[in-house]
Amino acid sequence: MSTVDPAARELSDYRKMEESITISETTEFEGDRELLTLNLGPHHPATHGVLRLLVTLDGEVIRRLQPIYGYLHTGIEKTAEQKSYWKAIPVVERMDYVSYYFNAMAYCGAVEELLEVEIPKRAQYLRVIHLELNRIMSHLVFLGTSALDLGAISVWWYCFRERETLLDLFEMSSGQRMHTRYFQIGGVIEDIPDGWIEQVRKFCAIMPERADTYGDLLNKNEIFLQRQRDVCPLSVEKLREYGVTGPLLRAAGDPWDLRKTMPYSSYEDFDFQIPVGTKGDNYDRYQVRLAEVKESVKIIVQALDNLPDGPTITDDRKIALPPRHELATSMEALIHHFKLVTEGMRVPEGEAYYAIEGARGELGCFVRSDGSSKPARVHMRDPSLVNMQAAPAATEGWLIADMLATVAMFDPIIGGVDR
Amino acid sequence: MPDAATLERLVGALKANDADSVIDTVESPGRVAIEVKPESIVGSLEVLRSAGYEFLASVHGVDYYPHEPRLGVDYELLSREACDRVALTLRVSTEDPHLPSVTPTWPCANNHEREAYDMFGLVFDGHPDLRRILMPEDYEGHPQRRDFPIGGEPILFTHNEHNVPRWFE
Repeated sequence: MSTVDPAARELSDYRKMEESITISETTEFEGDRELLTLNLGPHHPATHGVLRLLVTLDGEVIRRLQPIYGYLHTGIEKTAEQKSYWKAIPVVERMDYVSYYFNAMAYCGAVEELLEVEIPKRAQYLRVIHLELNRIMSHLVFLGTSALDLGAISVWWYCFRERETLLDLFEMSSGQRMHTRYFQIGGVIEDIPDGWIEQVRKFCAIMPERADTYGDLLNKNEIFLQRQRDVCPLSVEKLREYGVTGPLLRAAGDPWDLRKTMPYSSYEDFDFQIPVGTKGDNYDRYQVRLAEVKESVKIIVQALDNLPDGPTITDDRKIALPPRHELATSMEALIHHFKLVTEGMRVPEGEAYYAIEGARGELGCFVRSDGSSKPARVHMRDPSLVNMQAAPAATEGWLIADMLATVAMFDPIIGGVDR
Repeated sequence: MPDAATLERLVGALKANDADSVIDTVESPGRVAIEVKPESIVGSLEVLRSAGYEFLASVHGVDYYPHEPRLGVDYELLSREACDRVALTLRVSTEDPHLPSVTPTWPCANNHEREAYDMFGLVFDGHPDLRRILMPEDYEGHPQRRDFPIGGEPILFTHNEHNVPRWFE
């Protein structure tokens, strides 16, 4: 058993690095006022996961905010490099664990771009339906948990009731409630079961009304309003500077939505509107998301009405598994099945960046292929990581209670930040 | 992706700014990547910004092992006006992984550059706060490099906590 002699070893840069995180031992002053550095998290109920925030306070006023990430880093991108393309989908889905369909869509889209594969129309529509259901689910989780942070507990129960319905729908179409692995490279894994469309229609019929109910619950809550209205606004210019996208940017009045501006997966077929705010304060951030829920319902209803018939996955046997019945009769099908399951598909050499409008902003996936059956690099541009860059600018000069409300409205999912 | 005429205009503008900044143009379906010299990245991004590509969507670190120079950085730019994307790429070697940081001019690149530093050991000169972002501060090595093994890390238990170096310092 070897023992370590600390004196004999060169000291690492750890201390130097630690000093660069401004936990100063000496008292900091601003004029004649003493500043206090407070550590919030990583385990704190109001930080939505394991986010650590280092706040320097002057009384209750925030002078500096420093988010520290990495407590949920699980090396998913490294893991994805060890798996063949289609086996990487389940790990990629687990990045931003509240919007798993979006993660799968961004990754599959990037690989499909490299493969130059055509996606059947029915698969594109099924993807849209699931993406929008997921957007509603994600916004409900946002609404419930952030209202909980601001002391409105009952909204949480209502939001999670609807979320439960959505998870049941996911379970019905794919067998799983979360991390469904429904999207495949080339389409979706299987057609929706009988009765699913009726269940979704039933949900779509009640959801807009429910969204109004939640709005009424919160919009007449004086405490909630006082912590939201005119709190921590950011201008469009400031948000763009920090690369913020999604509902946060739209809350400030910039109607930028990739579903409209650069449509993917047949979004150009649907008629929907982009809700925008005017001030970019916390109230707008919450209202924009609530309005987006209703727009998503509109998209789902249109997709269900016009759902085309046809295959749900590409018939390219080098990419998609052959149907089960072919295996008994066709030698080629058996070979393709064997090659896909053991080795996986080979993807032509190249790089692709595929961006979609996730629930929190632009979710982009960068995939580099070296010509083998495993991706040489998978990297997510996760909106949570980029959006959090604006958090210091939004909260400095505000009270610490406003900061907690704002972090809730930024809605970072730490699984996506840290990956 | 920009059409051929736009691409020619962009490359022309990049060359007008710095004559030998453009190394190569890689066109693949749905994507155009312009490879530039690492020293000229800040200037090149400014040229593209004035050409309408005002939004730096993301910065990706890449390891091209076993090709040399091994490390690469990929800047994804977006033009809101034209609804169009273009990528700038560059390559540096593992022996000298230094390149200028674009964070002073594009604040949105801050976290992405820190991540590329953390995962690949790319040193962004001029970055205001170049620290590890995802891995622990005292971590050694850059785990996303292709030659970094997976599963090679000892897990701390009470029986081996004194053998695994440095945790107690």
